[in-house]
Amino acid sequence: MTARIGVVTFPGSLDDRDTQRAIRLAGAEPVALWHKDKDLQQVDAVVLPGGFSYGDYLRAGAISRFSPVMETVIEQAKAGLPVLGICNGFQVLTEAHLLPGAMLGNNHLHFICRDQKLRVENAETSWTSDYESGQEIHIPLKNMDGRYVADEYTLDKLEAEGRVVFRYLDFNPNGSLRDIAGITNEAGNVVGLMPHPEHAVEPLIGTGRTDGLPFFTSILKKLVGA
Amino acid sequence: MSRTPLDTVEHATATPDVELPWAELGLKKDEYERIVEILGRRPTGAELAMYSVMWSEHCSYKSSKVHLRQFGEKAPESDALLVGIGENAGVVDVGQGYAVTFKVESHNHPSYVEPYQGAATGVGGIVRDIIAMGARPVAVVDPLRFGAADHPDTKRVLPGVVAGIGGYGNCLGLPNIGGEVVFDACYQGNPLVNAGAIGVMRHEDIHLAKASGAGNKVILYGARTGGDGIGGASILASETFDDAKPSKRPAVQVGDPFQEKLLIECTLEAFREKLVVGIQDLGAAGLSCATSELASNGSGGMRVTLDDVPLRDSTLSPEEILMSESQERMCAVVEPEKVDRFLEICAKWDVIATVIGEVTDGDRLEIYWHGGKIVDVDPRTVAHEGPVYERPYARPQWQDELQADDANKLPRPATAEELKEQVLKLVGSPNQASKSWITSQYDHFVQGNTVLAQPEDSGMIRIDETSGLGVAIATDGNGRYAKLDPYAGAQLALAEAYRNVATTGAKPLAVSDCLNFGSPEDPAVMWQFAEAVRGLADACLQLGTPVTGGNVSLYNQTGDAAIHPTPVVAVLGVIDDVARRTPVAFQEHGQLLYLLGDTREEFGGSAWSQVVHDHLGGLPPRVDLERERLLGEILISASRDGMIDSAHDLSDGGLIQAVVESALLGGKGARLIVPDGLDAFTFLFSESAGRAIVAVPRSEEVRFNDMCGARGLPATRVGVVDGETVEVQGKFALTLEELRKVHEETMPALLA
Repeated sequence: MTARIGVVTFPGSLDDRDTQRAIRLAGAEPVALWHKDKDLQQVDAVVLPGGFSYGDYLRAGAISRFSPVMETVIEQAKAGLPVLGICNGFQVLTEAHLLPGAMLGNNHLHFICRDQKLRVENAETSWTSDYESGQEIHIPLKNMDGRYVADEYTLDKLEAEGRVVFRYLDFNPNGSLRDIAGITNEAGNVVGLMPHPEHAVEPLIGTGRTDGLPFFTSILKKLVGA
Repeated sequence: MSRTPLDTVEHATATPDVELPWAELGLKKDEYERIVEILGRRPTGAELAMYSVMWSEHCSYKSSKVHLRQFGEKAPESDALLVGIGENAGVVDVGQGYAVTFKVESHNHPSYVEPYQGAATGVGGIVRDIIAMGARPVAVVDPLRFGAADHPDTKRVLPGVVAGIGGYGNCLGLPNIGGEVVFDACYQGNPLVNAGAIGVMRHEDIHLAKASGAGNKVILYGARTGGDGIGGASILASETFDDAKPSKRPAVQVGDPFQEKLLIECTLEAFREKLVVGIQDLGAAGLSCATSELASNGSGGMRVTLDDVPLRDSTLSPEEILMSESQERMCAVVEPEKVDRFLEICAKWDVIATVIGEVTDGDRLEIYWHGGKIVDVDPRTVAHEGPVYERPYARPQWQDELQADDANKLPRPATAEELKEQVLKLVGSPNQASKSWITSQYDHFVQGNTVLAQPEDSGMIRIDETSGLGVAIATDGNGRYAKLDPYAGAQLALAEAYRNVATTGAKPLAVSDCLNFGSPEDPAVMWQFAEAVRGLADACLQLGTPVTGGNVSLYNQTGDAAIHPTPVVAVLGVIDDVARRTPVAFQEHGQLLYLLGDTREEFGGSAWSQVVHDHLGGLPPRVDLERERLLGEILISASRDGMIDSAHDLSDGGLIQAVVESALLGGKGARLIVPDGLDAFTFLFSESAGRAIVAVPRSEEVRFNDMCGARGLPATRVGVVDGETVEVQGKFALTLEELRKVHEETMPALLA
């Protein structure tokens, strides 16, 4: 019995099939979830993939957050279901208030696509336990609205509670406050980040690194106790 | 244009003397007279609208057709070609049951008027061509040309174009894997925004643009039809810019990539369920094009009720609806019993879909509006039997003078220090500098199959995860070479793209082209065009790579000043296992650098002559297609058998440019030794064609040399991957840091 991990497809999701592939490569079973369907098909965890759901119209993630599937995701995430939001998925998670803060347009006003160096700040979450704290990794980043912002109180709280999961190293690609690339909720089951671990899972593809695979092996180990 | 009473066929017959605005719609007098002759009466307003857009240069190829025939007449024997010229895009067999469709098109004029939307909708249009063949789009490429890098208008046009391409392509989830960015004052006011796309399908999924089977329904789906882009093809793309005419902004379409993404998914789902008999995208000339092409390619006629077209603006006249180039629309022909399921899939994706007509057993295209018949034509006369011009052409008088102005006689660097300075100047010049400021605005990673992307020699996409089957694509063009000799210039563009595909380890299979020229009404431009087409057709025949389709963009000129003739050639290749691909970057210290091919003193049209002397004259490098083929074979064999770890084609900028790029990408330097029989300057800067530089692991040297020797390809050991500098022994050394600085700072300094 392996873990079943759902990947939600919103209209405008782009990396849903890539995420399914990453889950498969890690040894878990990907399950396609549809945004109009409240039923999560009893999956063990959910990934909200990257893309431009609803064209990023109004605000990135602002419309998807109200889709039927999200009602169930929000409810079950609060009850402990592991949820990972990648890029647009991270934006959806902040819009849904499963994670604090918000995402603004990149400070340089351009879309940016690059191989991004990160430091793993928290290797205790459901999605990062296969990393070591302090580990430096490279994960592709590609976004238009990736500038993480929150008020000082929230930022201090995130830092104090060890909830900053990833930080940009060497170069802050979008002006995110305190170089924050990814965060988690208090329970550590919900993680959101801007870079794309699903694009760093095969040695031949993309940047040729596999630094993103531990996301998917972390959750698999947690779920099946391997 | 609305007038009362409704201008029906009946009304047109009864009122033969009504004056129609044919000139305003871009038609010539004799063209209008021909329409009257075809119909045996004056056209209705709606018919005139259709003919005017479909007979425009952009849609009818009326000036280029007589020359383009050579691509068919001289087509090489190829087992790979599944669908050739004439469909939305060509289709090539790449093995294992997969077929690949690809095409390059221009969106030049709109991108000058409104850079963001012009470039964005260029991506949208080419992607719909790919979907219309039945394929899932898997990548895009963008060959771009702008005016002088430091011209103020370049700073308006380029960032908008790049943001538009990124904004649209990124939102569609298509990795951008290749293309070019070239600056030259000749493109001032006429930037070239070409867009290419590749799609993948199984052989059995190929779809064609034809309406067959009487009673089958015609379904328009996607965005509502609005007033944007009316006359885009006829007025914007088929005339030169002229200060005296009003702004053409309303003729540029506005794109909605989100809608297009839904269109892709919903179309592919309909294909999967085999619901579609024929399909056509709505691009240039909108519904006029889709209905007339579907009907004329099929076995029957077609009846359309225009009142059923969903509108964004209810005040649009029937003529405007027929001419509108609103984006993100497609037209499918579906059997009646499958219509419900088709509409259901559209609803699932929140895509508006409407039955607007049906296939009839006649041979007429009939369009109704408010109960009256406003179009009754033989669709072939609209879509395929437009005017054909034998435009006069003549070799311009200045051509001899230009060729006599020999670049090989330009003053060369006298000292090692001067040589070094010129290397730095070249590497940091806008055309040779790193384009990462631009390419980092494009998503390279989406879909998770990108094996290689710019600045690699070709983009490469894996298409089968199990077998590792992949395709590669490169686009190249050199307007400077083509200006010096359009025949050779077109061949050199093909040779370079062919070579770029081979350096990555893929076997070149087929060609698509985007032919960008000035006004066909100028005999000198027409001569350039005729020469370039002849050259390209001859070269495709010799290299065994058929032209599968493409696009002609004329009228790229302002006043009397035409752009350089700029044939842009895309070559598609296949690689059995992407794990065997060869990158540009140096991989390991100690590997041996081999220069493949012959180096001659060839500086005509070179980057060196442009950067150091601001000169264009002489002859372009000599073309030797048999050599290109041999070089390609060696590069592919060496990749497959693991004899080389990196490879880079030599083209503009010559050997030194290639070595610097490989060094910077790999973070490893190189020590070069000028080979016997060459001077350092020629060794570094010559642009002789048919060459590449490869890095050979020491353990493979004997085997590699034996292979080149046995097959008669000159291979000269010219250095070694080594250290943190690029050193030309006995001349100079430049640290990677220094080189990186000049190579990477140019674009941000000009554009950021």
